[in-house]
Amino acid sequence: MKSAEITSTKSKTTTVIGYLVVAMLPIYLAFGLAVAEPHSEQGESVRLLFVHVPSVLVTYSAFLVVLFSSAMYLRKKTPYWDLLAGASAEVGVVFCAVLLFSGAVWGRPTWGTYWEWDPRMTSTAVMFISYLGYLAVRRMDLNPTVRSRRAAVLGILSFVNVIVVHYSIDWWRSLHQGRTFDQGNVQIEGWYLFSFSLGLAVFTLSGLWLLIHRFRTLYLERQLDLVDLDSAIAERKSEAKTKVSP
Amino acid sequence: MNNWEFVIAGYLGAAVGIGSYAVWVIRRGRRLTQKVPVERRRFLD
Repeated sequence: MKSAEITSTKSKTTTVIGYLVVAMLPIYLAFGLAVAEPHSEQGESVRLLFVHVPSVLVTYSAFLVVLFSSAMYLRKKTPYWDLLAGASAEVGVVFCAVLLFSGAVWGRPTWGTYWEWDPRMTSTAVMFISYLGYLAVRRMDLNPTVRSRRAAVLGILSFVNVIVVHYSIDWWRSLHQGRTFDQGNVQIEGWYLFSFSLGLAVFTLSGLWLLIHRFRTLYLERQLDLVDLDSAIAERKSEAKTKVSP
Repeated sequence: MNNWEFVIAGYLGAAVGIGSYAVWVIRRGRRLTQKVPVERRRFLD
């Protein structure tokens, strides 16, 4: 494709991922909402497992990418790592919002409350707010290099929240149930495991699709900034030339 | 035990959250592509 023909951030990869998500979505919904049987204790609300746990895993993965990209940016100083960190943080925040919402909605029929200041829920809310803060730092009106460096440091420090969230149920007494995947032991089986795997595939592919698109959008934003900078420099040069010439 | 309203709310919430973000990203991408000069779009090939 020629540059002039490019009118969106899509690529061959995102097209393939998009078709895969569209193909898997009805199967995932059929298994998640119909085929998997109601749980003996939780009843129909167990179906929220297929939304909540995949969103947790995608959130963790996205924030892990932020950690890695931030470290790489500090090491290499190339803007692409900074853009990847920014894109991944935004995707992670979206999935974190989904996990908080689905968790609250699941909590009502299971525990009788949408929200409890329990260690797992509180630490997840803190993680969500800390990455919102990270995104706010990325929008600060600063020298781009300084802003990227500060964001990278914050992107590394914020990952402490992910560790706290993950181990919160071990470190403190928590209302929250144990991990679905505990040190390689899968706590679900049968259609539950199958429906969950489908959910994980759909959520992971959606997250990847969003990450690629957002990365390319951030790339375009950076190109626009550079165009503005180039025209500002050209303007200053022509001003200087006018002053010098008699 | 019938808690379908919570199940539907959970699935819908996820769809609306992720879906609206996806629409925003795509629209922003299209808008920016129009603004960025052709020679600077090369990376998107």
